[in-house]
Amino acid sequence: MSLLTLQRGLRDHILANAAERPVGIAANGEPGLAVYRHAYRAQLVACLRDTFEQTWSWLGDERFDDAALRHVAANPPSGWTLDAYGETFAQTLSGLYPDNPEVTELAWLDWSLRRAFDGPDADAITAEALAEVDWESAVLILTPTLTIQDVTTNCAAIWGALALGETPPAVERLPDPAAVRVWRRELSPQYRTIEAFERQALRLVLQGCGFAALCDVLAVHGATDRAAEQMGALLASWLQDGLVSEIR
Amino acid sequence: MTDREIQPFEGFGLGLRPPHYQAFLEHEVPVDFVEVISENFMVRGGRPLYVLDAVRERHPVAMHGVSMSIGSADGVKTDYLRRLKTLVDRVNPLWVSDHLCWTGLEGFNSHDLLPLPYTEEAMDVVCANIARVQTVLERPILLENPSSYLTFADDEMTEHDFMAEMCRRTGCYLLLDVNNIYVSGANHGFDPEAYIAGVPADRVRQIHLAGHSVGRGLLIDTHDQPVPDPVWALYESACRRFGSTATMIERDDDIPPLGELLAELDTARIRAGALERAA
Repeated sequence: MSLLTLQRGLRDHILANAAERPVGIAANGEPGLAVYRHAYRAQLVACLRDTFEQTWSWLGDERFDDAALRHVAANPPSGWTLDAYGETFAQTLSGLYPDNPEVTELAWLDWSLRRAFDGPDADAITAEALAEVDWESAVLILTPTLTIQDVTTNCAAIWGALALGETPPAVERLPDPAAVRVWRRELSPQYRTIEAFERQALRLVLQGCGFAALCDVLAVHGATDRAAEQMGALLASWLQDGLVSEIR
Repeated sequence: MTDREIQPFEGFGLGLRPPHYQAFLEHEVPVDFVEVISENFMVRGGRPLYVLDAVRERHPVAMHGVSMSIGSADGVKTDYLRRLKTLVDRVNPLWVSDHLCWTGLEGFNSHDLLPLPYTEEAMDVVCANIARVQTVLERPILLENPSSYLTFADDEMTEHDFMAEMCRRTGCYLLLDVNNIYVSGANHGFDPEAYIAGVPADRVRQIHLAGHSVGRGLLIDTHDQPVPDPVWALYESACRRFGSTATMIERDDDIPPLGELLAELDTARIRAGALERAA
Protein backbone atom coordinates (compact mmCIF):
# COMPACT_ATOMS: atom_id res chain seq x y z
CA MET A 1 0.00 0.00 0.00
CA SER A 2 1.39 3.41 -0.94
CA LEU A 3 2.18 6.01 1.70
CA LEU A 4 -0.28 8.39 0.06
CA THR A 5 -3.10 5.85 0.26
CA LEU A 6 -2.27 5.04 3.86
CA GLN A 7 -2.17 8.70 4.88
CA ARG A 8 -5.44 9.43 3.11
CA GLY A 9 -7.01 6.52 4.98
CA LEU A 10 -5.83 7.73 8.37
CA ARG A 11 -6.85 11.30 7.59
CA ASP A 12 -10.32 10.24 6.52
CA HIS A 13 -10.64 8.01 9.58
CA ILE A 14 -9.78 10.88 11.94
CA LEU A 15 -12.16 13.26 10.15
CA ALA A 16 -15.01 10.75 10.11
CA ASN A 17 -14.48 9.98 13.81
CA ALA A 18 -15.66 6.43 13.15
CA ALA A 19 -14.39 3.29 14.85
CA GLU A 20 -13.81 1.37 11.60
CA ARG A 21 -10.10 0.57 11.19
CA PRO A 22 -8.57 2.00 8.01
CA VAL A 23 -6.53 -0.30 5.82
CA GLY A 24 -2.84 -0.55 6.59
CA ILE A 25 -3.12 -0.13 10.34
CA ALA A 26 -1.87 -3.06 12.43
CA ALA A 27 -4.58 -5.36 13.73
CA ASN A 28 -4.18 -4.17 17.33
CA GLY A 29 -4.45 -0.55 16.30
CA GLU A 30 -7.95 0.34 17.51
CA PRO A 31 -6.93 1.83 20.89
CA GLY A 32 -4.30 3.93 19.15
CA LEU A 33 -6.75 5.11 16.51
CA ALA A 34 -9.05 6.23 19.31
CA VAL A 35 -6.18 8.26 20.79
CA TYR A 36 -5.60 10.08 17.49
CA ARG A 37 -9.33 10.68 16.90
CA HIS A 38 -9.67 12.14 20.38
CA ALA A 39 -6.44 14.17 20.28
CA TYR A 40 -7.44 15.82 17.00
CA ARG A 41 -10.72 17.13 18.39
CA ALA A 42 -9.45 17.88 21.87
CA GLN A 43 -6.63 20.00 20.55
CA LEU A 44 -8.88 22.01 18.24
CA VAL A 45 -11.45 22.61 20.98
CA ALA A 46 -8.64 23.64 23.34
CA CYS A 47 -7.35 26.01 20.68
CA LEU A 48 -10.78 27.62 20.32
CA ARG A 49 -11.13 27.90 24.11
CA ASP A 50 -7.76 29.61 24.27
CA THR A 51 -8.44 32.00 21.39
CA PHE A 52 -12.04 32.79 22.33
CA GLU A 53 -11.54 32.91 26.07
CA GLN A 54 -14.17 35.54 26.89
CA THR A 55 -16.72 34.05 24.49
CA TRP A 56 -16.15 30.73 26.27
CA SER A 57 -16.64 32.43 29.61
CA TRP A 58 -19.87 34.06 28.36
CA LEU A 59 -21.36 30.86 26.93
CA GLY A 60 -20.09 28.44 29.58
CA ASP A 61 -18.34 25.11 29.02
CA GLU A 62 -21.26 23.10 27.65
CA ARG A 63 -22.54 25.56 25.07
CA PHE A 64 -19.05 26.64 24.02
CA ASP A 65 -17.75 23.11 23.56
CA ASP A 66 -20.88 22.13 21.64
CA ALA A 67 -20.31 25.05 19.28
CA ALA A 68 -16.60 24.23 19.04
CA LEU A 69 -17.23 20.58 18.16
CA ARG A 70 -19.78 21.59 15.52
CA HIS A 71 -17.19 23.99 14.12
CA VAL A 72 -14.50 21.30 14.10
CA ALA A 73 -16.83 18.87 12.31
CA ALA A 74 -17.67 21.40 9.60
CA ASN A 75 -14.28 23.11 9.28
CA PRO A 76 -11.25 20.79 9.16
CA PRO A 77 -8.15 22.93 9.66
CA SER A 78 -6.06 23.80 6.65
CA GLY A 79 -3.82 26.64 7.85
CA TRP A 80 -0.10 26.18 8.51
CA THR A 81 -0.55 27.26 12.12
CA LEU A 82 -3.03 26.27 14.78
CA ASP A 83 -3.34 29.96 15.68
CA ALA A 84 -5.26 30.53 12.44
CA TYR A 85 -7.90 27.95 13.23
CA GLY A 86 -10.48 30.27 14.78
CA GLU A 87 -10.79 32.55 11.78
CA THR A 88 -14.36 31.55 10.91
CA PHE A 89 -15.58 30.54 14.37
CA ALA A 90 -17.57 33.77 14.76
CA GLN A 91 -19.57 32.74 11.68
CA THR A 92 -20.34 29.37 13.25
CA LEU A 93 -21.52 31.14 16.40
CA SER A 94 -23.62 33.55 14.34
CA GLY A 95 -25.43 30.56 12.83
CA LEU A 96 -25.95 28.92 16.21
CA TYR A 97 -27.00 32.09 18.04
CA PRO A 98 -28.82 34.27 15.48
CA ASP A 99 -30.82 36.03 18.20
CA ASN A 100 -27.83 36.72 20.43
CA PRO A 101 -25.62 39.12 18.49
CA GLU A 102 -23.42 39.73 21.52
CA VAL A 103 -22.05 36.18 21.13
CA THR A 104 -20.73 36.84 17.63
CA GLU A 105 -19.50 40.27 18.64
CA LEU A 106 -17.61 38.86 21.64
CA ALA A 107 -16.05 36.26 19.35
CA TRP A 108 -14.99 39.00 16.92
CA LEU A 109 -13.36 40.87 19.81
CA ASP A 110 -11.54 37.74 21.03
CA TRP A 111 -10.29 36.96 17.55
CA SER A 112 -9.27 40.50 16.63
CA LEU A 113 -7.42 41.13 19.87
CA ARG A 114 -5.52 37.87 19.37
CA ARG A 115 -4.60 38.85 15.83
CA ALA A 116 -3.49 42.31 16.98
CA PHE A 117 -1.28 40.65 19.61
CA ASP A 118 1.20 39.30 17.06
CA GLY A 119 0.31 41.46 14.06
CA PRO A 120 2.80 43.62 12.17
CA ASP A 121 4.88 46.14 14.08
CA ALA A 122 4.56 49.85 13.28
CA ASP A 123 5.88 52.84 15.19
CA ALA A 124 3.23 55.40 16.08
CA ILE A 125 3.85 59.07 15.37
CA THR A 126 3.33 61.72 18.03
CA ALA A 127 1.74 65.16 17.96
CA GLU A 128 5.18 66.71 17.42
CA ALA A 129 5.31 65.13 13.98
CA LEU A 130 2.36 67.28 12.85
CA ALA A 131 4.34 70.52 12.72
CA GLU A 132 5.58 70.04 9.16
CA VAL A 133 2.40 68.50 7.70
CA ASP A 134 0.77 70.00 4.63
CA TRP A 135 -2.87 69.26 5.47
CA GLU A 136 -4.12 69.93 1.95
CA SER A 137 -2.23 66.85 0.69
CA ALA A 138 -1.81 64.85 3.89
CA VAL A 139 -2.81 61.17 3.90
CA LEU A 140 -2.93 59.31 7.23
CA ILE A 141 -1.47 55.81 7.40
CA LEU A 142 -3.01 53.87 10.27
CA THR A 143 -1.38 51.10 12.26
CA PRO A 144 -1.62 47.77 10.38
CA THR A 145 -3.17 45.95 13.34
CA LEU A 146 -6.29 48.16 13.23
CA THR A 147 -9.57 46.35 12.55
CA ILE A 148 -13.08 47.73 12.90
CA GLN A 149 -16.41 45.98 13.33
CA ASP A 150 -19.94 47.38 13.48
CA VAL A 151 -21.67 46.29 16.67
CA THR A 152 -25.21 46.38 17.96
CA THR A 153 -24.65 45.47 21.61
CA ASN A 154 -22.56 46.50 24.60
CA CYS A 155 -20.14 43.68 23.73
CA ALA A 156 -17.08 45.75 24.65
CA ALA A 157 -18.36 46.31 28.19
CA ILE A 158 -19.19 42.61 28.53
CA TRP A 159 -15.78 41.57 27.18
CA GLY A 160 -13.98 43.97 29.51
CA ALA A 161 -15.81 42.70 32.59
CA LEU A 162 -15.18 39.06 31.66
CA ALA A 163 -11.49 39.74 31.04
CA LEU A 164 -11.19 41.22 34.53
CA GLY A 165 -13.05 38.30 36.09
CA GLU A 166 -15.94 40.57 37.05
CA THR A 167 -19.66 39.95 36.68
CA PRO A 168 -20.52 41.14 33.17
CA PRO A 169 -23.35 43.61 32.58
CA ALA A 170 -26.60 42.40 31.02
CA VAL A 171 -26.78 42.51 27.25
CA GLU A 172 -28.03 45.82 25.92
CA ARG A 173 -28.83 46.87 22.40
CA LEU A 174 -26.98 50.11 21.62
CA PRO A 175 -29.37 53.00 20.88
CA ASP A 176 -27.27 54.35 18.01
CA PRO A 177 -25.09 52.72 15.33
CA ALA A 178 -21.64 52.03 16.73
CA ALA A 179 -18.49 50.06 16.08
CA VAL A 180 -15.49 48.73 17.97
CA ARG A 181 -11.96 49.34 16.86
CA VAL A 182 -9.15 46.94 17.81
CA TRP A 183 -5.47 47.71 17.46
CA ARG A 184 -2.16 47.21 19.19
CA ARG A 185 -0.40 50.04 20.96
CA GLU A 186 3.26 49.13 21.38
CA LEU A 187 2.93 45.54 22.68
CA SER A 188 -0.60 45.75 24.14
CA PRO A 189 -3.77 44.95 22.18
CA GLN A 190 -6.46 47.59 22.71
CA TYR A 191 -10.17 48.03 21.94
CA ARG A 192 -12.60 50.90 22.06
CA THR A 193 -16.24 51.45 21.16
CA ILE A 194 -16.59 54.29 18.65
CA GLU A 195 -19.50 56.29 17.24
CA ALA A 196 -20.69 56.41 13.66
CA PHE A 197 -18.75 59.59 12.81
CA GLU A 198 -15.42 58.04 13.78
CA ARG A 199 -16.38 54.78 12.09
CA GLN A 200 -16.97 56.61 8.83
CA ALA A 201 -13.78 58.63 9.19
CA LEU A 202 -11.67 55.53 9.79
CA ARG A 203 -13.28 53.76 6.85
CA LEU A 204 -12.36 56.67 4.57
CA VAL A 205 -8.80 56.86 5.89
CA LEU A 206 -8.37 53.14 5.36
CA GLN A 207 -9.57 53.66 1.77
CA GLY A 208 -6.72 56.16 1.27
CA CYS A 209 -8.77 59.34 1.46
CA GLY A 210 -6.62 62.45 2.10
CA PHE A 211 -7.20 64.50 5.22
CA ALA A 212 -8.64 67.56 3.43
CA ALA A 213 -10.96 65.45 1.28
CA LEU A 214 -11.93 63.53 4.39
CA CYS A 215 -13.18 66.68 6.07
CA ASP A 216 -15.13 67.64 2.95
CA VAL A 217 -16.78 64.23 2.64
CA LEU A 218 -17.67 64.09 6.30
CA ALA A 219 -19.12 67.61 6.15
CA VAL A 220 -21.45 66.60 3.32
CA HIS A 221 -22.40 63.13 4.58
CA GLY A 222 -22.54 64.14 8.19
CA ALA A 223 -24.55 67.24 7.34
CA THR A 224 -22.38 69.13 9.78
CA ASP A 225 -20.41 72.32 9.55
CA ARG A 226 -18.16 71.09 12.34
CA ALA A 227 -16.50 68.27 10.37
CA ALA A 228 -13.03 69.86 10.40
CA GLU A 229 -13.32 70.55 14.11
CA GLN A 230 -14.51 67.01 14.80
CA MET A 231 -11.75 65.59 12.65
CA GLY A 232 -9.20 67.60 14.60
CA ALA A 233 -10.49 66.10 17.84
CA LEU A 234 -10.48 62.62 16.31
CA LEU A 235 -6.93 63.02 15.05
CA ALA A 236 -5.83 64.03 18.53
CA SER A 237 -7.41 60.89 19.99
CA TRP A 238 -5.90 58.70 17.26
CA LEU A 239 -2.46 60.12 18.00
CA GLN A 240 -3.04 59.58 21.71
CA ASP A 241 -4.01 55.96 21.04
CA GLY A 242 -1.03 55.27 18.80
CA LEU A 243 -3.25 54.63 15.78
CA VAL A 244 -1.35 56.76 13.26
CA SER A 245 1.91 55.29 12.01
CA GLU A 246 2.67 57.77 9.24
CA ILE A 247 1.44 60.93 7.51
CA ARG A 248 2.32 61.10 3.83
CA MET B 1 22.80 14.84 1.45
CA THR B 2 24.06 17.95 3.20
CA ASP B 3 27.76 18.10 3.96
CA ARG B 4 27.27 20.68 6.69
CA GLU B 5 27.71 19.69 10.31
CA ILE B 6 26.13 20.71 13.59
CA GLN B 7 28.75 20.87 16.30
CA PRO B 8 27.81 19.26 19.62
CA PHE B 9 26.54 21.66 22.26
CA GLU B 10 26.65 20.67 25.91
CA GLY B 11 24.27 22.14 28.42
CA PHE B 12 20.88 22.08 30.06
CA GLY B 13 17.93 24.13 28.87
CA LEU B 14 14.22 24.76 29.10
CA GLY B 15 11.45 25.38 26.64
CA LEU B 16 10.50 29.06 26.54
CA ARG B 17 6.78 29.13 27.36
CA PRO B 18 4.48 32.18 27.75
CA PRO B 19 4.01 31.84 31.56
CA HIS B 20 7.77 32.30 31.94
CA TYR B 21 8.35 35.09 29.40
CA GLN B 22 8.50 37.78 32.07
CA ALA B 23 10.96 35.84 34.21
CA PHE B 24 13.28 35.40 31.24
CA LEU B 25 13.03 39.14 30.49
CA GLU B 26 13.65 40.30 34.04
CA HIS B 27 16.06 37.78 35.50
CA GLU B 28 19.17 35.82 34.66
CA VAL B 29 17.61 32.36 34.37
CA PRO B 30 20.27 29.69 34.97
CA VAL B 31 19.94 27.74 31.74
CA ASP B 32 22.54 27.06 29.07
CA PHE B 33 20.04 27.40 26.22
CA VAL B 34 16.34 27.79 25.56
CA GLU B 35 14.19 26.03 23.03
CA VAL B 36 11.32 27.84 21.35
CA ILE B 37 8.36 26.42 19.48
CA SER B 38 9.08 27.78 16.01
CA GLU B 39 5.45 28.31 15.03
CA ASN B 40 4.81 30.57 18.05
CA PHE B 41 7.32 33.02 16.63
CA MET B 42 6.59 32.72 12.90
CA VAL B 43 4.50 35.84 13.27
CA ARG B 44 4.75 39.37 11.94
CA GLY B 45 5.43 41.28 15.16
CA GLY B 46 4.26 42.09 18.66
CA ARG B 47 5.23 40.62 21.99
CA PRO B 48 6.38 37.16 20.81
CA LEU B 49 9.18 38.51 18.63
CA TYR B 50 10.03 41.19 21.19
CA VAL B 51 10.49 38.48 23.83
CA LEU B 52 12.43 36.23 21.47
CA ASP B 53 14.86 39.00 20.50
CA ALA B 54 15.45 39.86 24.16
CA VAL B 55 15.94 36.24 25.25
CA ARG B 56 18.27 35.62 22.34
CA GLU B 57 20.62 38.30 23.66
CA ARG B 58 21.09 36.25 26.84
CA HIS B 59 20.78 32.62 25.77
CA PRO B 60 21.54 30.42 22.77
CA VAL B 61 18.23 29.45 21.15
CA ALA B 62 17.19 26.16 19.56
CA MET B 63 14.13 26.19 17.29
CA HIS B 64 11.70 23.29 17.59
CA GLY B 65 8.75 22.99 15.22
CA VAL B 66 5.54 20.98 15.21
CA SER B 67 4.16 21.65 11.72
CA MET B 68 6.85 20.78 9.18
CA SER B 69 5.15 17.48 8.34
CA ILE B 70 8.37 15.91 7.10
CA GLY B 71 6.58 12.64 6.34
CA SER B 72 3.76 13.94 4.16
CA ALA B 73 3.46 12.04 0.91
CA ASP B 74 2.62 15.31 -0.84
CA GLY B 75 5.71 17.11 0.43
CA VAL B 76 6.57 19.96 2.78
CA LYS B 77 4.61 23.12 2.12
CA THR B 78 6.53 25.96 0.46
CA ASP B 79 4.72 28.67 2.41
CA TYR B 80 5.63 27.02 5.69
CA LEU B 81 9.27 26.70 4.70
CA ARG B 82 9.41 30.34 3.64
CA ARG B 83 8.10 31.47 7.02
CA LEU B 84 10.46 29.13 8.86
CA LYS B 85 13.45 30.41 6.88
CA THR B 86 12.54 33.99 7.80
CA LEU B 87 12.62 33.07 11.49
CA VAL B 88 15.84 31.06 11.12
CA ASP B 89 17.52 34.08 9.53
CA ARG B 90 16.34 36.26 12.41
CA VAL B 91 17.33 33.91 15.23
CA ASN B 92 20.40 32.10 13.86
CA PRO B 93 19.55 29.21 16.20
CA LEU B 94 21.77 26.47 17.52
CA TRP B 95 19.72 24.18 15.30
CA VAL B 96 16.25 23.66 13.85
CA SER B 97 14.26 20.58 14.76
CA ASP B 98 10.87 19.02 14.09
CA HIS B 99 9.30 15.59 14.41
CA LEU B 100 9.56 12.39 12.42
CA CYS B 101 5.86 12.28 11.60
CA TRP B 102 3.28 13.78 9.31
CA THR B 103 0.70 16.36 10.33
CA GLY B 104 -1.24 17.08 7.15
CA LEU B 105 -2.02 16.06 3.61
CA GLU B 106 -3.60 17.66 0.55
CA GLY B 107 -4.61 20.87 2.31
CA PHE B 108 -5.71 19.25 5.56
CA ASN B 109 -3.66 19.96 8.68
CA SER B 110 -4.45 17.80 11.72
CA HIS B 111 -2.06 19.79 13.92
CA ASP B 112 -1.22 16.45 15.50
CA LEU B 113 1.93 14.35 15.16
CA LEU B 114 0.63 11.42 13.14
CA PRO B 115 2.71 8.24 12.87
CA LEU B 116 4.62 7.06 9.82
CA PRO B 117 4.98 3.50 8.62
CA TYR B 118 8.62 2.48 8.71
CA THR B 119 8.87 1.29 5.13
CA GLU B 120 11.29 1.83 2.24
CA GLU B 121 8.74 4.02 0.49
CA ALA B 122 8.26 6.20 3.57
CA MET B 123 12.06 6.40 3.81
CA ASP B 124 12.26 7.75 0.26
CA VAL B 125 9.53 10.32 0.96
CA VAL B 126 11.03 11.46 4.26
CA CYS B 127 14.54 11.72 2.86
CA ALA B 128 13.37 13.71 -0.18
CA ASN B 129 11.48 16.08 2.11
CA ILE B 130 14.48 16.44 4.45
CA ALA B 131 16.75 17.22 1.49
CA ARG B 132 14.39 19.97 0.35
CA VAL B 133 14.10 21.46 3.84
CA GLN B 134 17.86 21.42 4.36
CA THR B 135 18.40 23.09 1.00
CA VAL B 136 15.91 25.87 1.79
CA LEU B 137 17.16 26.39 5.35
CA GLU B 138 20.80 26.05 4.24
CA ARG B 139 21.55 23.86 7.25
CA PRO B 140 20.98 20.31 8.44
CA ILE B 141 18.00 19.77 10.68
CA LEU B 142 17.28 17.58 13.70
CA LEU B 143 14.33 15.21 13.74
CA GLU B 144 12.71 13.95 16.92
CA ASN B 145 11.34 10.49 17.53
CA PRO B 146 7.62 10.89 18.26
CA SER B 147 5.45 9.08 20.76
CA SER B 148 3.12 6.80 18.83
CA TYR B 149 0.00 4.85 19.60
CA LEU B 150 -0.27 2.46 16.66
CA THR B 151 1.89 0.61 14.16
CA PHE B 152 1.34 -0.37 10.55
CA ALA B 153 0.84 -3.74 8.94
CA ASP B 154 3.58 -3.01 6.38
CA ASP B 155 6.29 -1.86 8.81
CA GLU B 156 9.64 -3.15 7.52
CA MET B 157 12.07 -1.84 10.15
CA THR B 158 12.28 -0.47 13.66
CA GLU B 159 12.02 3.23 14.34
CA HIS B 160 15.67 3.49 15.34
CA ASP B 161 16.78 1.63 12.21
CA PHE B 162 14.62 3.99 10.16
CA MET B 163 16.21 7.02 11.83
CA ALA B 164 19.74 5.67 11.41
CA GLU B 165 19.24 5.15 7.68
CA MET B 166 17.50 8.53 7.38
CA CYS B 167 20.52 10.22 8.96
CA ARG B 168 22.91 8.30 6.72
CA ARG B 169 21.09 9.29 3.55
CA THR B 170 20.43 12.97 4.34
CA GLY B 171 23.05 14.08 6.85
CA CYS B 172 20.36 15.17 9.27
CA TYR B 173 20.70 14.83 13.03
CA LEU B 174 18.48 13.57 15.84
CA LEU B 175 16.66 15.07 18.77
CA LEU B 176 16.09 12.11 21.01
CA ASP B 177 13.03 12.35 23.24
CA VAL B 178 13.71 9.84 26.01
CA ASN B 179 10.13 10.01 27.27
CA ASN B 180 8.85 9.25 23.78
CA ILE B 181 11.07 6.18 23.59
CA TYR B 182 9.64 5.01 26.90
CA VAL B 183 6.04 5.74 25.88
CA SER B 184 6.31 4.08 22.47
CA GLY B 185 8.20 1.16 23.98
CA ALA B 186 5.39 0.55 26.45
CA ASN B 187 2.73 0.99 23.75
CA HIS B 188 4.35 -1.25 21.16
CA GLY B 189 6.23 -3.71 23.33
CA PHE B 190 9.82 -2.94 22.42
CA ASP B 191 12.75 -2.61 24.79
CA PRO B 192 13.68 1.07 25.28
CA GLU B 193 17.24 0.09 26.18
CA ALA B 194 17.61 -1.76 22.87
CA TYR B 195 16.24 1.34 21.13
CA ILE B 196 18.89 3.54 22.80
CA ALA B 197 21.55 1.03 21.78
CA GLY B 198 20.36 1.16 18.16
CA VAL B 199 20.41 4.92 17.72
CA PRO B 200 23.41 6.27 15.78
CA ALA B 201 25.26 8.00 18.62
CA ASP B 202 27.15 10.44 16.42
CA ARG B 203 23.91 11.98 15.12
CA VAL B 204 22.27 12.89 18.46
CA ARG B 205 22.50 16.60 19.21
CA GLN B 206 19.71 17.13 21.75
CA ILE B 207 17.69 15.20 24.31
CA HIS B 208 14.15 15.96 25.48
CA LEU B 209 12.91 14.91 28.91
CA ALA B 210 9.22 14.98 29.77
CA GLY B 211 6.43 13.21 31.57
CA HIS B 212 3.43 11.24 30.35
CA SER B 213 0.02 10.01 31.44
CA VAL B 214 -1.53 6.58 31.64
CA GLY B 215 -4.46 6.11 29.25
CA ARG B 216 -6.68 3.14 28.52
CA GLY B 217 -4.08 0.49 27.82
CA LEU B 218 -1.65 3.02 26.39
CA LEU B 219 0.78 5.59 27.72
CA ILE B 220 0.01 9.08 26.42
CA ASP B 221 2.71 11.67 25.79
CA THR B 222 1.00 14.57 27.54
CA HIS B 223 4.01 16.70 28.55
CA ASP B 224 2.04 17.76 31.62
CA GLN B 225 3.89 15.82 34.32
CA PRO B 226 7.30 15.81 35.95
CA VAL B 227 9.82 13.39 34.48
CA PRO B 228 9.05 9.98 36.06
CA ASP B 229 11.64 7.60 37.46
CA PRO B 230 11.66 5.14 34.52
CA VAL B 231 12.39 8.02 32.13
CA TRP B 232 15.21 9.26 34.38
CA ALA B 233 16.67 5.76 34.32
CA LEU B 234 16.46 5.69 30.53
CA TYR B 235 18.07 9.13 30.42
CA GLU B 236 21.06 7.74 32.30
CA SER B 237 21.34 5.01 29.68
CA ALA B 238 21.20 7.68 26.98
CA CYS B 239 23.93 9.69 28.71
CA ARG B 240 26.13 6.61 28.93
CA ARG B 241 25.71 5.96 25.21
CA PHE B 242 25.73 9.50 23.79
CA GLY B 243 27.94 11.35 26.29
CA SER B 244 27.31 14.98 27.17
CA THR B 245 24.37 16.11 25.06
CA ALA B 246 22.24 19.25 25.21
CA THR B 247 19.31 18.25 27.41
CA MET B 248 16.00 19.98 27.93
CA ILE B 249 12.95 19.59 30.15
CA GLU B 250 9.90 19.88 27.90
CA ARG B 251 6.63 20.90 29.57
CA ASP B 252 3.72 22.02 27.40
CA ASP B 253 0.70 21.73 29.68
CA ASP B 254 0.03 22.33 33.38
CA ILE B 255 3.20 24.40 33.25
CA PRO B 256 4.55 24.84 36.80
CA PRO B 257 6.43 27.84 38.19
CA LEU B 258 9.84 28.32 36.64
CA GLY B 259 11.56 27.32 39.89
CA GLU B 260 10.07 23.82 39.70
CA LEU B 261 11.36 23.31 36.18
CA LEU B 262 14.79 24.63 37.13
CA ALA B 263 14.86 22.15 40.04
CA GLU B 264 13.94 19.37 37.60
CA LEU B 265 16.70 20.57 35.29
CA ASP B 266 19.12 20.35 38.21
CA THR B 267 18.11 16.71 38.56
CA ALA B 268 19.09 16.20 34.93
CA ARG B 269 22.44 17.87 35.61
CA ILE B 270 23.01 15.60 38.60
CA ARG B 271 22.00 12.45 36.72
CA ALA B 272 24.23 13.30 33.75
CA GLY B 273 27.06 14.62 35.92
CA ALA B 274 27.12 11.60 38.17
CA LEU B 275 27.66 9.42 35.15
CA GLU B 276 30.45 11.65 33.88
CA ARG B 277 32.21 11.53 37.24
CA ALA B 278 31.88 7.78 37.33
CA ALA B 279 33.36 7.45 33.84
